[in-house]
Order: sequence, then C-alpha cells, then structure tokens
Amino acid sequence: METQVESVNLAEEMCLRVAEAAGFGEDDCYRIGMSVREGVINAFHYGNQERPEKKIYLAVDITAEKLIIHVLDEGTGFTLADVPDPLAEENLLSTSGRGIFLMRAFMDEFDVVPGRTGGAEIVMSKKLPGPNGQGGQETGPQQGA
Amino acid sequence: MSLRATHRDVGTITVVDLSGRITLGDGSALLRKTIRTLLDDQRKKILLNLADVDYIDSSGIGELVSGFTAVKNQGGDLKLLQLTKKVRDLLQITKLYTVFDVYSEESSAVRSFR
Repeated sequence: METQVESVNLAEEMCLRVAEAAGFGEDDCYRIGMSVREGVINAFHYGNQERPEKKIYLAVDITAEKLIIHVLDEGTGFTLADVPDPLAEENLLSTSGRGIFLMRAFMDEFDVVPGRTGGAEIVMSKKLPGPNGQGGQETGPQQGA
Repeated sequence: MSLRATHRDVGTITVVDLSGRITLGDGSALLRKTIRTLLDDQRKKILLNLADVDYIDSSGIGELVSGFTAVKNQGGDLKLLQLTKKVRDLLQITKLYTVFDVYSEESSAVRSFR
C-alpha cells in the first residue's frame, strides 16, 4: 500500500471483510478493525515518516485457530520497550502514542519484530470465534500498557 | 462516514454537535479547525456533543486531548456530552475518562460551566 492516509481506511475495510467472513462478531470486528487502523497509522506516521516513496505491507493469515495480521513498514524499526506508557500520569495529556496500547488491548497476541525491509513488522492475532459466533477470548478491552 | 460538525449557542456555552468518525485525516482535521475557530472567536466554554460519534481512533483521541489543552490554556473549558459505548470504553481504557468532564444530559453539562 502507498504511504498515505487513504491506506489506513483501505486496510481497515479489507481486514473487516476478512474478519466478518471468518465469523467474528460485531465487537471483535470493531477491535480487529481498530487494531489494523492503528498498525497502519503507525507504519504511515512513525515507520515511513509519511514519505510517499515508501510502502506499507499488509498481510492477513487465517490458521485453524486464529486470524493473524502483519503490518510491515520501511522505516528503521523500533522496540516495544522504548514506547512510552500512555497511561503514565505524565503522558495522559499527550496528543499521540496510544496506537500500540490500543492494539495490545484489543488483540489476543501482539508483537513487533524486525521486518525483512529493515523496518518494523507488527504481528497481531485474534483467536477465531467458536461455533456460537463468540470470540475465543471474548472480553472487554484489557487494561495495561 | 466522515465527520460533520455544527455549533450552536446555549447562553454563553457553545455546543458543538458532531456526527461520524473522528479519525486520522479529515475527521481529526475538522475537529481541530472547529475548536481553533471557536477559540479565535473568544468562545472558550465548549461542549462537544458526541452522541452521534460512534468511532474514534488514536488520532481522534489525540485531537480531543489537543483541543482540551488548547481551551484550558486560554482559560476556558471543554467538556464532553453523551458518549456512545465504544467512545466511553475507549476513554476509559486510555484513562482519559477521568481527565475530561463527561455528561449524559445537556442541561446538566451547560449548568456545570457556570
């Protein structure tokens, strides 16, 4: 995908279709869609520094157990330990820095690994819904950074 | 659905009725422009009606915080009205629910400014 704002909406729409087809309910689709948005916003803004010559790569895998989403940028990469905690008192009124937190809260698994492009690759997953249409770990948003 | 914003005066309070999504791009930009324009007009008591806002991403949250800080820095106040469940949940997990003054009734919210 191009490094542009429109890619955020495009990625969200694409993944929502996959999630709906996989049987996720409305609440989980919301969480998956939001997480994809935040992953691509991260790649667009922090990874690729909004430079249009760089690309954003999105991949969605469905295994027997879960939906896995990969978002890869062409930036310089980052480590999770260096990301400030948006819940810390001194960061509460920050105007940015909540994307990683939201992805961690809304998905079952979340990690950032070095990507093959040299940038960061966000890998996040959600357990597939059971036969009754409920997510495998259907819960409200989780607290914690 | 993109964001729409209209505003009306209730006494000395400006109520901004928002509908749609506050997300990266046009939604966040419109919210920023709306609040900055009100501040330029010396309208510093602002109540954001979010009853028809069903989606906010991290960019939208950042814009709410930015607007809140800008209004406070000018000696005014920015409060929130009628959050949808998704928006309320989002503000709760980001701990911003305790930062903003949030009301479910417009009349109560308006009275709180005085």
